[in-house]
Amino acid sequence: MPIPAAILTVGLSVVLVLIGLWVGQNVNLLPIDASANAPVYDELFQVLFSIGTSLLLGIVGLLIYSLIRYRRVAGDTSDGLAIEGNLPLEIFWTAVPAIVVLFIGIYSYDIYERMGGMAPLNDHSVHAMQASAGASMPSGMAMEASDGSGGPARIWAGISPTGEAAAAVNVDVTAMQFAFIFRYPDSGIISGELHVPVGQTVALNMEAKDVIHAFWVPQFRLKQDVIPGQPTLLSFTATKAGRYPIICAELCGPYHGGMRSTVVVEDPDDYSTWVTKNSPAPLPVSATTAPSAPLQS
Amino acid sequence: MTATLSPPTTTPEPQAPLQPQGWLRYFSFSVDHKVIGLQYLVCGFIFYFIGGALAGMIRTELLTPLSDFMPRETYNEVLTLHGTVMIFLWIVPVVNGAFGNYLIPFYVGARDMAFPRLNAVAFWLIPPAGLLLISSYFIGSASQSGWTAYPPLSLTTPATGQVIWILSVLLLGGSSIFGGINFIATILKLRRPGLKMLQLPMFCWALLGTSILVVLSTPVLAGTLVLLSFDIIAHTGFFNPALGGNAVVYQHLFWFYSHPAVYIMVLPAFGLVSEILPVHARKPLFGYITMVYSILAIVVLGLVVWAHHMFTSGTPPWMRLFFTIATSLIAVPTGIKFFNWLATLWGGKIALNTAMLFSCGFIFNFVFGGITGVALAQVPFDIHVHDTYFVVAHFHYIVYGGTVFVIFGSVYHWYPKFTGRMANESLGRLHFLLTFIGFNLCFAPQHWLGLNGMPRRVAEYDPQFTFINQVSSVGALLMAISTLPFLINMVYSAFAGEQAGDNPWRALTPEWLTSSPPPVENWKGPAPLVTHPYGYGAAPESQAVGASSP
Repeated sequence: MPIPAAILTVGLSVVLVLIGLWVGQNVNLLPIDASANAPVYDELFQVLFSIGTSLLLGIVGLLIYSLIRYRRVAGDTSDGLAIEGNLPLEIFWTAVPAIVVLFIGIYSYDIYERMGGMAPLNDHSVHAMQASAGASMPSGMAMEASDGSGGPARIWAGISPTGEAAAAVNVDVTAMQFAFIFRYPDSGIISGELHVPVGQTVALNMEAKDVIHAFWVPQFRLKQDVIPGQPTLLSFTATKAGRYPIICAELCGPYHGGMRSTVVVEDPDDYSTWVTKNSPAPLPVSATTAPSAPLQS
Repeated sequence: MTATLSPPTTTPEPQAPLQPQGWLRYFSFSVDHKVIGLQYLVCGFIFYFIGGALAGMIRTELLTPLSDFMPRETYNEVLTLHGTVMIFLWIVPVVNGAFGNYLIPFYVGARDMAFPRLNAVAFWLIPPAGLLLISSYFIGSASQSGWTAYPPLSLTTPATGQVIWILSVLLLGGSSIFGGINFIATILKLRRPGLKMLQLPMFCWALLGTSILVVLSTPVLAGTLVLLSFDIIAHTGFFNPALGGNAVVYQHLFWFYSHPAVYIMVLPAFGLVSEILPVHARKPLFGYITMVYSILAIVVLGLVVWAHHMFTSGTPPWMRLFFTIATSLIAVPTGIKFFNWLATLWGGKIALNTAMLFSCGFIFNFVFGGITGVALAQVPFDIHVHDTYFVVAHFHYIVYGGTVFVIFGSVYHWYPKFTGRMANESLGRLHFLLTFIGFNLCFAPQHWLGLNGMPRRVAEYDPQFTFINQVSSVGALLMAISTLPFLINMVYSAFAGEQAGDNPWRALTPEWLTSSPPPVENWKGPAPLVTHPYGYGAAPESQAVGASSP
C-alpha cells in the first residue's frame, strides 16, 4: 500500500514542521534584546530552533516507533528483512540535509552581514576609526604594523555595523585581571561601568593588558575576545534603556567568574548629565583625575 | 591456554616470549591484543571515575552562586584536570585503544595487531602519564588554564603544573599515535587472504578513519605544546604577545588537533554502534557503502573546520565564512549515518536489551547535540553563546551522550566475549535508566544557562541561575549513582553471571566465531573468512565460510 504510506509520511512531515514553527515562535529561551543586532540574532535563533525541533521530533519519533513496532517477541529467533540498502532513499536523505544545511549557511551569512560582522579588517572606516581614537591609545601597547612599512597598526574587528567611523560615543576599553576599565577620550572620564546613550552607535576600542579576556553582553548578543597585542574594535547600538551585565567569557585566571561589570543604557539626556557630572576637568587630556565610579576588581 | 598454531603464512613463527598467564597477565607487558584491549578498558574506567569525581566537585561548587566550596585556584585546577582526564585518559584510549585492540584483529582475520610490542608500549605510556598528570595537583599546583591551555594565561599560571600537564599530554599523544599507526597497518596489511576492504565490519572503517586523523593531527598538537613549553621554561616568545609572539597562532595550532579530536572520539563510537544495532535488530547494516563514504567524508571535512572554535578571536571574515560552511557540511555525512541506523532498525526484530538501550540513547543524545552543533557552526549564532554553558551542554551531548553511552552499550554487548559470562540485564537496565535521566537532567538545562548569560569555567555566577544549576547538579548526582549498578553488575557477573557460550547474540562478526573468552591467537584452527558480517536474514551459504566449529 504505497499511496497511503506516502500520504501518511507527507502528513506527518507537515505536522512536524508546524510543531517546529510553533515552538520557534512561542518558546522564548533568550534574554531581553537590548541592542540593534539582538532582534536580528533572535530571528536566526527562531529559524534554527524551529528546524532543530522538527528534526529532533521526527528522528526521535521514528526511533521510538521502530523500537515499539519492531520489538522482538519472546522466543522469536528469526531474522528481520534482509534489506541491505536503498539507493533512492540514500540520495533522498543526503540531498535533504544538504539543502537544509546550505539554506541555514546562506541565511546565517545574510544575518551576519545585517549585523555588520562582515566588515573587513583594516578597511577605510576602521582606519578612520583608528585615526580618531588612536591618539588616546596607550603608546606602550604592542601594536604591530600590518604591512611592515610603518603603516597603521592592524585593528581586529568584531561586529562592526557600517558607520562606526561616525560613532557617537567612543570608549577605550582595557581588560585586565580581573576588571574592565572604560575611558571616554572625549570627556576624560575613567569608569568601571560602561555608560552609553540609547539609540546611538558606540565604538569600543578594546585592548587586553595581560591575558585573553572576552567582552560579552548577553542582552546585546555580542561577544568579542580581547587578546593581548590585538587592538580590537567592537561597535553596537543599544536600543533599550536598562542595566545589563558585562561578563568576561574567556578563562582569565582564578577570579574569572568575578570579572563582571555593568553597561548602563540611558536616555541621551541622562547620558549627557552623567558625562557632565563625571567629567574630571575642562581639559579631557588630564590623566590624573580620579575614576568616576569605583573600579571593580 | 595453549593454541595450536596454523598460520596462513608459510614462514615459521618465532617462539613468542613467555607471557604470564591467568590474572597476572593483565598487569604485565603482554603483547596479546585482547589483554591490551582489556588493560585499556579497565585503566580507562579508573580514570573515568577520577574524572567523574572531579566533575562532581565542579557541580558541588556550582550549587551556590558564590565560590564557597573550594578555593578559586583549586576550581580551575579541577576543571582543567576534569577535561584532560576525560578526553586523553578516558574517551580516546577506551574508544580507540580498548575496543580497537580487542576487535580489529578479529575483524581482519588476524591473530594479533601488526606491531604487538608497539601496542604494549602504547598502552603502558598511559598509566604513568595519568599518574604524572594527577600528581601535579599534589606537588604544588596542577594546570589552571583549562584543557585548552591558551597562552598568555598558560604562561602566567604556576609553571610546574603547566609543564607537567604538557609532558603528560605529550606522552598520551605519543601513545595515541603509536596506536593509530598500528591500526592503519593492521587493517590495511594484516587482512586474512580473501577478505576485501569492503567486506570488513564497519568498525574497521571507523578506526581506519580515526587513525588517519590521529596520525595527521596529533603531531601538530605535540609540536604546539613543545613550543608552549619553550615559552614557559625558556621564555621564548612564540605565543607571548609581550615578546612579540601571537596568541592566536596557538589557538589555530591547538584546534587543528583538538577539533579532529572530537571525531577521534566519536567515529569509533559510530563504528561500535554499527556493530551493535544489526545484531540485536537481526537485520543487515543499512547502506554499507554510504556508511563507508560518510566516514571518509567526515575525516576529510573534520580536518578543515578547526577555526569554528575561534569565531570571537578576531578571525578575518572570509575565514569565518569558510569555516561556517565546512562545519555545517559535516552534518550531511553524519546525518546519513543516523538515517542508515534508523533504517537498520526499521523492519527488524529488535531485542531491547541493555546494549540496545544505550545505543538508542546514543542516537537521541547525539542527534540533539548534532542539531545544536549545526547552530553553533553559524558565526552569528556562535558569537552570543561561544564560551558559555551552551557550548558545555553541546559538547557533553556529543562526547558523553554520544561516545560514553556507546562505550557502556559496547561493554554490555561484548561482556560475554570478554568474560564468558552474561551481564545482568536488570542491573543493566537500571544503569541505563539512571544514566539517561541523569545525563539529560544535568546537561539539557545548561543550554538555557548559556543563552541567558552564564559563561563556562566560572566558580561563581549570577544568583538568578541558582535553581537551574541545582537541577543540573541533581542530574550529575544521578549520573554518579548510576555507576553503582554498573560496577556491581560488572564484578558480580564476572563471577556469578550466566554462562554465555561462544555466541549468545547469534552474531555473525568473527569475534563470535571462537570461544568466550577467546584463546591466545584468537582461533583454534584457521581464521574464519567472514565476507558478510551483516548477513542477517540472508541465505546461509553467504555467511561464515571456513569457521572452525566453535
